[in-house]
Amino acid sequence: MREILSRLLATGGRLRSAVSRDESDGDQLATDGGATVKTTRRDSLRNSLPVEWELIESAPFWLPPVLFAGFFVYGAIAWNFLLSLTDYNGLGGAQYETFDLSMYSRLLSDGAFWQAAQNTVVLLVVFTVLCLALGLFVAILIDQQIRFENTFRTIYLLPMSLSFVVTATMWAWVYNARNGVLNQFLRLFNLEGAIVGLLRPAGVNAEVIQWLSWNTTALAAVIFALIWQFSGYAMVVFLAGLRAIPTEHYEAARVDGASTVRLYARVIIPQLRASAVSASVVLMVFALKAFDFIYALRGSQPGANMDILATMMYRVAFDSLQWAYGSAVAIVLFALALLVIGPYLYSEYRRGEL
Amino acid sequence: MSIRDGGFIDELRSTENSRLGLYALLLAGIVFYLFPVETAVMTMFKTESAFARTLPFAPPGGDGFTLDALATAWNTLRPGLLNSLLMAIPATIVSALLGSMTAYGLTTISWRGQVGVVVLIIAGIFIPYQAVLVPLAQFWFQVLPGLLNGFVNTVFGFITGGNWQYPSRNGYVQLLQLSITHAAYGIPICTLLFRSYYQSISDEMIEAARLDGASAFSIYRNIILPLSLPMFAVTLIYQFTQVYNDLLFALVLVNEPASQVATQRLAALTGGVVQSFNTTMAGAIVAALPTLLVYIMFGEQFAKGVAGE
Repeated sequence: MREILSRLLATGGRLRSAVSRDESDGDQLATDGGATVKTTRRDSLRNSLPVEWELIESAPFWLPPVLFAGFFVYGAIAWNFLLSLTDYNGLGGAQYETFDLSMYSRLLSDGAFWQAAQNTVVLLVVFTVLCLALGLFVAILIDQQIRFENTFRTIYLLPMSLSFVVTATMWAWVYNARNGVLNQFLRLFNLEGAIVGLLRPAGVNAEVIQWLSWNTTALAAVIFALIWQFSGYAMVVFLAGLRAIPTEHYEAARVDGASTVRLYARVIIPQLRASAVSASVVLMVFALKAFDFIYALRGSQPGANMDILATMMYRVAFDSLQWAYGSAVAIVLFALALLVIGPYLYSEYRRGEL
Repeated sequence: MSIRDGGFIDELRSTENSRLGLYALLLAGIVFYLFPVETAVMTMFKTESAFARTLPFAPPGGDGFTLDALATAWNTLRPGLLNSLLMAIPATIVSALLGSMTAYGLTTISWRGQVGVVVLIIAGIFIPYQAVLVPLAQFWFQVLPGLLNGFVNTVFGFITGGNWQYPSRNGYVQLLQLSITHAAYGIPICTLLFRSYYQSISDEMIEAARLDGASAFSIYRNIILPLSLPMFAVTLIYQFTQVYNDLLFALVLVNEPASQVATQRLAALTGGVVQSFNTTMAGAIVAALPTLLVYIMFGEQFAKGVAGE
């Protein structure tokens, strides 16, 4: 409080780069970083305003939206955490009786939870790595001064404009066991029979490849379709990164006689670290949210083979109406997201990007 | 893009073989990214018998193209499309406007400590929506109706007779609630988009206006808003696709069949017991139409929104 008062009293709490002006309401002198400039009385009043005044002036703009969004985002998360400590079930009149960590201990001994958590982590890592690799490769291709660059870029990014539900509908048809695109395509080259035959000794007894039903292929099928949808995003980010690298770096490497592969491996790709970090954070968040995709692919009851934490949360809370238990799953998912974004936001802050 | 002309790039250009390989890879990319879409379009135009006889990605053959599946899907999805637009357009506009205001308050007017608010807002972009679903449903279906009913019946009890009911089972009210929810969750990303844009606006213009005695509001109204129009285009386009494409919030907040949105109806069509792939593919194309049209017309702006520029 004393600090604020003293700053209020101090003149020129926050000096601006004052602009010299002639106005009739009385001129006076004010110092700005040592330089003497002519300003009006009104200007000097504004110059003498401390930072706290700016807070009050800007509050009408940012405070209402922040309260509005904050109520829905952080208020809801806090409420969700409190709920996860209860044994609250459903919207009906039922009240909670306990207030402890029992939902979390129940999670620890729930096989379905561990399966979903494992699937989530596998999805997160494999999807992000492959998506980055493909996006980087495509971005390098597009960066080679090609013709029709805009057309290629537009088509590669197109899947991202589609909703998860639409892509899931399309890929359900691609993966359809009986006459889906993938199996029909494999059949053209007699590959399907060969694959099924190869799997027979492993105990697989089927006529066709059931991409979405087999434990070994279901998660891979989901990951592949998600890569299809989001590698265009990684491409856009890497392309922006590539375009920011000065031409001299290419020329210097050329003068040194470096081959194209060496040029990219040693000079260009190491400079794309920032792009890779920001793209991977966003991709991981997409992967954590892939609920819509799996829901539409398999309905609200996916087999354990493609259940992720996001789908498990919905199933537990809204299909079996165990709200407190679903909230506990949601908090685990939230903690996982924090693990991803916390370090990212901190490093952005350190770099002065925020 | 001419900055890369000469040197390394010229060398690449001159080696014909590597250029051929490059274009072959780029074309393979087009096949990869378009084949599910092409298959969906082909399947959509087939009769049931052509569907059984032909390869999924091949044209319909002897039976020719038919619009039957498209008509069925259109009739199923049309109310959903209308509901989606009714919900997504206001949500998009409100979140873009509020995002612009927030970014203005947190960027062009500088005060210490605003970084903390910025971090909180940006973190909001990455929150998995599952972490808020249960409280969200409770708020819209339990807490708010309870508060409103209590208030209206206490204050206006003599008019309503003491049994006014907030219509949480009214389809349009549910759509409005969904729209408000999307507006709130859209604020963080809109703020981030506008903020990086406002950081590039020169301070001098704003300083000059301040020295002329302009208030924070009139600076926003007369300088910032007109300058933001290109960024509004980017934000509105990006945010519209995000809101229109969402399924999760709609599943939880809209349970009246008449007010279901397009993604909900498509998910029901896809997850149905009887699956006719002709109809579901037509449904996918119809449900994708609004965002596809936006993307084809404003692809550049969409890409800017995606890259967070």
